[in-house]
Parts: sequence; structure tokens; C-alpha cells
Amino acid sequence: MRALDLKLMRDLRRLWAQCLAIALVLGCGVMVLVLATGTERSLRLTRDAYYDRGHFAQIFAAATRVPKQLLPEIARIPGVAQVEARVSMNVVVDLPGMVEPAQARLLSLPASGLPVLNRPTVRLGRLPDPGRVDEVALSENFAEANGLAPGASFAAILNGQRRTLRVVGLVLSPEFVYLIGPGALMPDDRHYGVIWMNEEPAAAAAGLSGAFNDLSLRLTRGASEAAVIAAVDRVLAPYGGTGAHGREHQVSDTFLRGELGQLGAMALILPPIFLIVSAFLVNMVLSRLILLERPVIGLLKAMGFTGREIAVHYLKLSIGIGVGGVLLGWVAGGWLGARMTQLYTEFYRFPYLIYAPGTASFAISAVMGLGAVALGAVRAVNASARLRPAVAMQPPAPPLYRLGRIDAAAVRMGLRQTTMMILRSITRWPGRAAVTVLGVSAAISVLVACFFTFDSIAAVIDEAFTRTNRQQVTLHLAQSVPATVTEAAAHLPGVTRVEGAFGMPVRLTRGWRSALTQVEARSDGDTLVRVLDGNGRVVAMPPAGLVLPETLAAKLGVAPGDVVTLSLLAPPRDTVDIAVSRVLPQSLGETAYIAAPALFALMRVAPQVNRLNLLVDTDRLPALYAAVKTAPAVDGVLLWTGIRAQFDATIRENLIRTVMIYAVLGVLITVGVIYNAARIQLSERSYELASLRVLGFTRAEVGYVLVGELMLLTFLAIPPGLLGGYGFSALISAGFSTDLIRIPLVISRQTYVVAALIAVVSALGAALVVRRRLDRIDLATALKQRD
Amino acid sequence: MSDRVAFRVEGLTKTYTSGAIAVQALRGIDLALYEGELVVLLGPSGSGKSTLLNILGALDIPSTGRIFFREHELTGMSDAALTAFRREHVGFVFQFYNLVPSLTARENVALVTEISKRPMRPEEALERVGLGHRLTHFPAELSGGEQQRVAIARAIAKRPEVLLCDEPTGALDSATGVTVLEALYEANRDLGTITALITHNAAIRRIAHRTIRLADGRVASIEANAERMEPAGIEW
Ligand SMILES: Nc1ncnc2c1ncn2[C@@H]1O[C@H](COP(=O)(O)OP(=O)(O)O)[C@@H](O)[C@H]1O
Ligand SMILES: [Mg+2]
Repeated sequence: MRALDLKLMRDLRRLWAQCLAIALVLGCGVMVLVLATGTERSLRLTRDAYYDRGHFAQIFAAATRVPKQLLPEIARIPGVAQVEARVSMNVVVDLPGMVEPAQARLLSLPASGLPVLNRPTVRLGRLPDPGRVDEVALSENFAEANGLAPGASFAAILNGQRRTLRVVGLVLSPEFVYLIGPGALMPDDRHYGVIWMNEEPAAAAAGLSGAFNDLSLRLTRGASEAAVIAAVDRVLAPYGGTGAHGREHQVSDTFLRGELGQLGAMALILPPIFLIVSAFLVNMVLSRLILLERPVIGLLKAMGFTGREIAVHYLKLSIGIGVGGVLLGWVAGGWLGARMTQLYTEFYRFPYLIYAPGTASFAISAVMGLGAVALGAVRAVNASARLRPAVAMQPPAPPLYRLGRIDAAAVRMGLRQTTMMILRSITRWPGRAAVTVLGVSAAISVLVACFFTFDSIAAVIDEAFTRTNRQQVTLHLAQSVPATVTEAAAHLPGVTRVEGAFGMPVRLTRGWRSALTQVEARSDGDTLVRVLDGNGRVVAMPPAGLVLPETLAAKLGVAPGDVVTLSLLAPPRDTVDIAVSRVLPQSLGETAYIAAPALFALMRVAPQVNRLNLLVDTDRLPALYAAVKTAPAVDGVLLWTGIRAQFDATIRENLIRTVMIYAVLGVLITVGVIYNAARIQLSERSYELASLRVLGFTRAEVGYVLVGELMLLTFLAIPPGLLGGYGFSALISAGFSTDLIRIPLVISRQTYVVAALIAVVSALGAALVVRRRLDRIDLATALKQRD
Repeated sequence: MSDRVAFRVEGLTKTYTSGAIAVQALRGIDLALYEGELVVLLGPSGSGKSTLLNILGALDIPSTGRIFFREHELTGMSDAALTAFRREHVGFVFQFYNLVPSLTARENVALVTEISKRPMRPEEALERVGLGHRLTHFPAELSGGEQQRVAIARAIAKRPEVLLCDEPTGALDSATGVTVLEALYEANRDLGTITALITHNAAIRRIAHRTIRLADGRVASIEANAERMEPAGIEW
């Protein structure tokens, strides 16, 4: 090996702690990039493979009752490749040992066995035998959460009749990778599942013999989805079709897409922060290193090494650090990515997982990581290569201090001389102080941005659970009934308040834009489920117009005052033009609101309800549950207390996990920056500080000069750090919002305080580690070192 | 020593300006150095010896005046050309050895031989200065005199035409200093290297062909040494 390269290796070994500190910061950037892009790719590949093997449909449609004779006509629609027709119904489930009712979606399996589309994968046991009326397969997570293995039995209320069903198999389906009940906000495996049953008993239970009410289609290559949807809608309209849609409205797929989008956003937002900070760190350390190496550089020049050779030598040092950081990031990112992909199985049910982070994420992160350090090194190296050898070989002149305005003020304040040394050092090297401040504020920003996500989720929860939905139980009715039913419902056991609600599927159209959604009838007296404006005030319904959530308004490109076309997708299936009266910020959902009288006038019917929201005397809940389990009119139950508990538990678990990861990242940046700044201070000022010791200052007093300066810089970094955190949060709020959840930009005071505190504590830790080196300095050597 | 001129210096001045203060280090030097000669530069501290030597070795550039090395004029050369000049023709020895602390004796020498056209082997260079047995020692494991001899080995390993030494014995005691001078003396004698040697120590002038005294940035006197002495005969 060449002598200069030997020197390089030994330099790296000598400076290992500083190099490691930089490599760690760089590694964080690389890790986040590998993690996010790797997980995203793995999840996407897994999804695509599963969709492919499971023959996941591309178009979905529901109707009231479609005769099977219509199937050939549907299959003939140009662009349709495969058709799967089935019976689908919501059922209330009575599980052994569970007081409250559970809910399930019951789907029929064709008499021929495996469906053409949306094929369930058997995980345990088998599919129901043809001809067996009581055999069912269950979605795996629901069965597992309730301890239902093949052989177990449970009861379901099918069309008002209590039936005992026997579990023969546990399955997964590409349709339910993310399984969430209607109206629920989170998966609740105990209370919501899917039941697959033979077609004959299912159709009989649903009163759909010889007919179906659920249709899935796969398209031929190159077919127009919009054209097929329009054709299907035309065919199904007379049979109560509620609007065919593509995967963009399929709940499970939408959640998956949202997750992939968020991972992509994470890969875009976070790594640059780390890479920029490490570039600055490399610059700071290398400039300093090169200052210390001035005599060597002078010597190399004297020997006839060219400026380029010398520059390359120091560039190699930074590349060495870069390679270390990239490798660290690769290992950590690869490992965490595999763990993270594994974790997704808790939320997303795939029969298998493909962990394939792909070479691209590794390659891109390496290029960016090495680029960052090289960029940081170039400036410092350039300066070194330009030094005249005779100048370089002399020890650098003592730094020139000047008395400025700050000094005058400090003197007037009567500050101690050690404090003056701190202030002078900062004002003398403002660039270096700025790098330290920038690095620490980047760390604080990362912390704020990470804690912010929990603030925003808390805000969403608060909006969804405590301010908007104040009911304890929601009963879904199998059919719309006259609003007078609320009086009867008030007599259900334990019920203290009943409010009826009515929603129906609609299509809103404006110009070429259109959206499939629900419209909700709002009555003046509604107090349990409320519609709130951005300030949390109850919105008074305009007598005629629509009130839209922002996301839906944006999709349609409408503002208050615009007119949209409203097509009712249930009888009377009219289409009318209606004005948009108001647009509201709203985190969850895309439901449009309208005053109840206006909607029922459009429908030309007396007021109706298809949901009942209840307040209940908690002591009498079991009695209510028992009544609900046998009520034929009820096909679904939402227990809000359960949802709240589930949501809280899930969020808390995620919170701890994610906070740990990001807190570690924040700590690493801070430590990387402060440790390097401290080491530089130490090497630069050891003479000065040792002199203080010789003069009789105590270790603590001398340590104060070092630690005090770094802590002062850390405190200076707090305001810009918090500000930066707000900026990143705004980016995240924009980048991470999906069709289903809009992430509100809310940051709590606690977030700011904790972020700043973590930075301060880790900075103090790093500075104190270096202070211990200061304590160990041999006074005589430190003083001699100067010549 | 021959009577062919190797270095020619005309009207050399050097002014250092740092901040508001300007220091005139050289105030007009005219000088010739001959092929194969060993000269000693004497003079009080601050008289400009180092400045002159640095300019001769192209480590620094003069404010005014001209320098010729053989038929080439160094003044006005580009930085790259000056680097090439140093790389091919000049070896340096400094007062504080200036070894790279992270490289062993042999590696410090190899540093130079790796970039020279017809170097001797590092081992050979170290043997010439009597350090053939300390090849794998790091600078911190060598005495001052040994370090300085490694520096000399490093300087002569590329067989330079010019060897410029700035107080090579300044930090050494008399006995150690003599071993260092011997290494220089032999390099000059055996390889014909033009050697310029700065010293504070008037006794050392006896090993030189000529002695040049500087005072206050000017040449005060030049005297030829009728009777040269071997370094072993010197003591201080
Ligand atoms: N880099 C420099 N900047 C400013 N002044 C310098 C510099 N180098 C040398 N000097 C000044 O130039 C004068 C000559 O210095 P030098 O050549 O080192 O003298 P000598 O080597 O004879 O002791 C001295 O007054 C010295 O202070
Ligand atoms: Mg000198």
C-alpha cells in the first residue's frame, strides 16, 4: 500500500470516534432511505404478487337484487375479462363467551368451489364442502382473535334467524388485506370479520335465490375502466346498483395505497435532513483536521506532492467516513426494513411476505451518502490545497480576536472571564458556531416532526371520537325504515337517547370530475353525531345546499356557490343539480351532508332512517346486546367504546415503537454534531484550557468553558429547530395525507418541549464525554504541543 | 564543488504583510550557488535565512527579483511547475524533523520515493544515515537525532540535485548533531548534491565550501572556506 494511503488508514483509526459520530449521522440518512424505499418496495411487490395470484378484481359493484340471467350480458361488456357474482350481506354474530355482538360480512362461494376472482387462500383447514349448508370459512384474523379453530361453532343471525355455523377453515383474501368494518376507523379483529359460505344457504338467507347482489370484474388488457364502469352502472341501475367503482374505492386497497404513499413521502422528506447535516459535519471536521494537518500538508507540498494529490488524499478520508456511514445505514436499514415489513403483517394480512428492498434503494442511498460527504469535504480540501507550502508549515498564527459590540456589552454586564472566552470563541468562529446550531436545530426539527404525527393522530381521534361521534352504539339497519322507528328503539333495554340517521350512496359530478360517496341527512336536533367546522363549532345545515368536506370538494374542484350534479344511487335514482353551500376541513371520510328535509324532499319520501345512534345506560349494556343479537332489523353494530379502546391501544403501541426510532435518530444527530464540535474545541484550545488549569482554575471551571459554549449553542438552536420542526410537520401533513385521512397540522406544546429537552440532554451527554478527555489532558504535554 | 553556477539570485526582496504591519524579510539579495557545493547560511534570528531558503526551494515566492536554477527561471513559473521543480530537484530538511507521525521511518521515506523518478530504495536511504535497523519505528519511538536522520534519508532518497536544510541541528545536542551533519556531508560528497544549510552555530561553517552571512535581510559577507573539516571534528 502506498505510504500516503497508510497514513490515511492510520488517521481514520486515530480519529475513529469523530469519524464514527459523522458516520452515524450519515448512516441515519441512508438507513431511513433504505428503510422507507425498501419497505415500500417489499410491500408493493407483496401486494402485486398477492393480487395477481389471488385474482383480485379491478371493478366492484353492489346492487339490491340482480337476476343471474343478467350475467352473460355483463360478461359481454367490452373490456370485461372475468366476472364473479356473489351474495354479500352484513350479519350480526353471536360468539361463544362474548357478551357484545360481533359483526361480519358474509360472502357466498360459488357452487363450483373456488371463485374466479378474489380467491381466498386457505391457511388452515379447508373451504366449505359443496352442499354443506352450515359449513363456513372465516377470515384468519377474526378467527384467531376469537379463538375459533376449524371444528368450532358459533351463531350468526341470518335474516333474523339464529343459525349455528361450523368453522371448517381459516382463509385470507386479497380483498381484505386490511379488514375494517363499515363505519369503523381501525381494524377490530375481535368484532369484525368475514364469513365465506356456500352459495345456496347464503342466497337463501339473503332472500336472493337465483340472484346476486355483489359483482366483481377483471378487465382485459388495455380496457377502459371508466367505460366498463359506465356500462355496468347502466346494466345494474334497474336492479338497485349503487355505483360500480375501481380499486380506488376498495377499502383494503385504499389503505394499502395510503401506506405506500406515506412510506414514499418518508423517503422523500427525512433522508435529505440527515444527509445535509452530515455534509456540514464532514465539512466542519475536515476543515479542522486540515488545520491541524497544516504542517503535514506543507511538508507534502515541499516534497513535491501536487495540490490535487493532497486534495485527493483528504477526499479519501471523507470517502472513508462516507463508506462507513453508508455501510452502517445499509445494515441498519436492511435489518429494520425486514423487521418493519414483518410488522406490516400485523396490520396487513398477506399469506406471504416478499422482503425485496431492491438494489436501487441501496445504490441511491450510497450515491447520496457519499455525495454528501464528498461535497462537505471539497470546500475544506480546496482551501488546504491552495496553501503556500512555506505558510502551511508554520504553526497557524494565533487567532485574531477583535473587540466588538457584543464584547462591550458583555464587559458592561461584568461577565466572568471564562464566560468571555465562550462568547469570544463563538464570535470569532461564527461559521463553526452556525454549523453546530444548524446541526442541533436539524435534530430538534426531526424530533418535532416525528412527535407531531402523534399530535395529529390525537387530533384526529379527538375529532372522530369525542367531538363528532358521541354515541356509544350505532345500529345499522338492514333496510331503510320510517323515522318513527326511533320511538320504538327508545324502548330497547338501557337506551337513554336515540337519534336516527340516514345515509345513501350518491355520485357527485362536476364537469369531467366525479366522485362516488355517501350523502348524510342531517336533522336540526342531532346531538350525538355532529358536523363541526374548523373551529369545532356545530355547523348549521343550509336549508337546501350541500356541505362538503375539503377533500371531496378538492376532488370535484368545487367551492361554495358552485353547482354540482347529484345522482341518487338508490330509489328514486334521480339526478338533480344542487349548490355547494359550505366546505369544511375534516380529517376523516368523504361524506357529503345535506339537511334532512331537503334530502327527503328530493327522494319524495317521508323521513327515513337506516342507522340508529344510541346513548346507553352502561349497566344495562348486556341486556341491550342480547336484544340486538336477535333483532332481525339490525344487520350491524358498532360499539364505539370498543373502537376507542382498540384505537388507543394500537396507537400507543405504534407510538412507543416509532418514538423510540425517531428519538434515537434525533439523539444521534445531536450527539454527532456536539461530539464533533467538542472534539474540535478540545484539540484547538487544549493549550488555552491547559493554561487555565496551570493558572489554578479547577477542572469544573475549565470544563465550563468547553461545555458552556456547546450548551449555549444548543440553546440557540432551539428556536430555529422548533421553527424547522413546524415546517417539516407542514410538509408531512401535506405529504402523508391520503384519501382516507387528512393529517391536520396540530403541534402540541408538549411536542416542542420534549423535542428540545431530548436535544439538550443528548448535547449535554456528548459534551460531558469530551469534558472527561479534558480532565485527562496532561498539562505539560498540552503546553508543549504549541511549538 | 565546481565553478558552474547552479542557482542565481538577482535583487531578491520579500515583504510579509499581515494586517496593517509589513515586515521586510529580504531587502535585496544577489547571490550565486555553485554545482556540488555545500554552503552554510549564518545570521542572527530574523535576518531572513529561512525566507531565502524557502524561496530557493520554491516553497515561497519573492516579492521582487529573479531566481534562476541552471537555465530555468523559477520566478514567474506556475504553481504546478514549481511543484514539479520541488518534486524532481529539491530535498528539504527542517529544524523540527517534520515527519508524518502516523508513518514509520521506512514509510516516511517511501512517501517520497513513491513520487520520484529514480529514487533509491527507502532501506538504502536509511542505511546511508545509519538507520538501517530502525525501519519499522514510528517517529514517536525515535530520538530527536534519529528523527532528523530519517528526515535526511527522506530528503536524499530521491537523489535530489539540491538539498535545503533549515537549522537541521537546531534542536539537537552536539553529539547527535554531528551524526546528522555527517549524513548531510556524505550526501554532498557522494551524490554531489548542492546543499544549503542554515545554522545558528558558527562552528558548523567549517564543514562548508562557503559561508554566507545574512543580516537584516541583506548579504553581509561571503567567505570561501580554505580548509574544510569533517563533521566528526566539530564540537559545540
Ligand atoms: N509568514 C511570515 N509572516 C510575517 N512575517 C514573517 C513570516 N515569516 C518570516 N517573517 C518575518 O520575516 C523576518 C525574517 O524571518 P526568517 O526568514 O524566518 O528569519 P530567520 O530564519 O533568519 O530567523 C522576520 O522578521 C520574521 O518575523
Ligand atoms: Mg529561520
